[in-house]
Amino acid sequence: MTENINIDLHHVTRVEGHGNIKVNVTDGTVEEITWQVPEAPRFFEAMVVGRHCSELQPITSRICGICSIGHSFASLKATEAAFGLTISEQTRRLREILNHGENLQSHILHVCYLVLPDLMRQPSVVPLASTHRDAVLLVTKLHRLANETCDMIGGRTTHPIRTAINGWTMLPTEKELEQLKQRHIEALDDLSALAEIVASVAEGIPDFVRETEYISLTDPNEYAIYDGLIKSSDIDKPIPVEEYEQVVNEYVSPNSTAKYAKFNRESYFAGALARYNNNYTQLTPEALEVGKMLGLDGINYNPFMNNIAQVAESVFSVQRTIDHIDWLLDKGLKKEDYSFEPKEGRGMGAVDVPRGILFHDYTYDKNGVCVKANCVIPTNQNHANIQKDFDKFVPEYLDKGEEELQFLMEMLVRAYDPCISCSVHYLNVEFIR
Amino acid sequence: MAKPKVAFFDFACCEGCQLQVVNLEEDILGLVNLVDVVEFREAITGKAPEYDIAFIEGSITRPVDEERVKDIRKRSKLLVAFGACAHTGGLNKLKNRYNDMDEVRSIVYGEDGAMEHLDTYPTKAVHEVVKVDLSIPGCPVNKNEFVRMVKELAVGKIPQLPNYPVCVECKMKENQCLYDLGITCLGPITRAGCDAICPSNGDACVGCRGTVDEPNKNAMHEVLQKYDLTVGDIKQKMNLFAIDPEI
Repeated sequence: MTENINIDLHHVTRVEGHGNIKVNVTDGTVEEITWQVPEAPRFFEAMVVGRHCSELQPITSRICGICSIGHSFASLKATEAAFGLTISEQTRRLREILNHGENLQSHILHVCYLVLPDLMRQPSVVPLASTHRDAVLLVTKLHRLANETCDMIGGRTTHPIRTAINGWTMLPTEKELEQLKQRHIEALDDLSALAEIVASVAEGIPDFVRETEYISLTDPNEYAIYDGLIKSSDIDKPIPVEEYEQVVNEYVSPNSTAKYAKFNRESYFAGALARYNNNYTQLTPEALEVGKMLGLDGINYNPFMNNIAQVAESVFSVQRTIDHIDWLLDKGLKKEDYSFEPKEGRGMGAVDVPRGILFHDYTYDKNGVCVKANCVIPTNQNHANIQKDFDKFVPEYLDKGEEELQFLMEMLVRAYDPCISCSVHYLNVEFIR
Repeated sequence: MAKPKVAFFDFACCEGCQLQVVNLEEDILGLVNLVDVVEFREAITGKAPEYDIAFIEGSITRPVDEERVKDIRKRSKLLVAFGACAHTGGLNKLKNRYNDMDEVRSIVYGEDGAMEHLDTYPTKAVHEVVKVDLSIPGCPVNKNEFVRMVKELAVGKIPQLPNYPVCVECKMKENQCLYDLGITCLGPITRAGCDAICPSNGDACVGCRGTVDEPNKNAMHEVLQKYDLTVGDIKQKMNLFAIDPEI
């Protein structure tokens, strides 16, 4: 048993943004475990005030480099809700392809570039390029496909260009969509091969369990990503997006420049595992099968299994992309008028982005100029839950020693796939002696 | 010749520019043969005492960050402003429209905005705090331009940016001018190198790469007059990415 442990880790690596971990154990007693978020706040809700509706998506896309597509859609949906606009089915299907492209890009990046090195005990994916070259080339092939999907539909994968209020500035060609479909069909085999690689190192996933509240979108007709109602695992009835404030209950913590959130308990979980736990029966048989092969078989309370839920969702995203392309090719792509009239009012938009449920809420004046905005980011919603996990995890893994404990705590943070700069308003481990 | 020691640091930004490096996929494996990446928090675990080339991503918005970038400057032979937030201050300068930072803090955090750890000052580009040797513009940076610049740096050359406007690249792609479609665009004054990506996807150039060294005012005025517009009509677009040339 380790008597004294003192971890003071500043700027946890292989996460997007800055976070610190502080642990102080004296004579075997845990005195302090703190999760701190020191990321420089950027004040987006103040930046957008006074800006025209057409600028809101390009500005708020820049909240996060990795989820810029999800932010773009939450933003466009909020604006469309405020103006009373209903998008065409073609627009919605193209948006979903772009959404699934981002989900695949983010999940592959996270599971393979950021988490696999942990499971293989390597500092990054780079040394794996010489020791596991075929695996790395498989990963880059999938990641490239995801990014090129987004380039094709959105004009650019980071900060999409073609996404507009009520439609698209430009459409892909049917030939491009046909080629994209063929590559997605091939990707299903690549994902099976990837699942085998993850399975070969999956015994490194800690067997840690803490049941919590899981919040995601839900839709009676499909596994919700682009749209839906708010679902909490603690409540039977889903909640309309317009009532999101009663769910997120944001508050400011002295440990963090990112806001925290809580609903029915002191913290909740957002992200792939929350979506899986709330909606897994709506996944495709192939996605469920990949999850099962990697130890995820129905509701699961191990936060590290978030990464396995991401692998299962990757399969789902590729399959849904193929379905949407089939629909679009069957109907034929049509150039649509996306002009609109701004209207005074308030609108909210929610999207379940790779890291969890995301809300944008805008109020506009009659000229379509933003007078008030609120953005609630998935990583923010997870901060309190990460702290609660630490509170249970540290005493359970204390006998592993300082070095191993620090490694596992960083791994736990990375399991959440935090997107800290995205928290608008966040990693370092500090063991104090 | 020893491989240059390269490091990446991020300040107030979305980290989308570092993501462009990750998005190089297998090409990144070629680049890591040319340079020795000693710090890259987003993708690698590891730290080093000094660097030949430091890439700074993000804007400076707090005294604590100002101290950190000054310390990096002292330990770096060459410092590169990487992406719009570092280069011009980028979108982060939208908050500088407020005279009072307390107001900005209260808009986002309400009464809690006064808490000490939420301190912020008007956004600064990196060159406003320390000497910048080279800027790689764009929001996000262009992957191909980044690769070209790193290759040139690795062989000891100082890379140059194109000094002609986005219109040149846009015309070479035979795009229809967006002004013809009733869309105002900053292509005539913005520095090229992005392959006119926004106009080529049906959306206006918003100047994320900053302006060419001496923007051609007359040409900009001619375009505006032709379409019955005034400088006022493009002012709002110019402050989106904090470019404010005399037009």
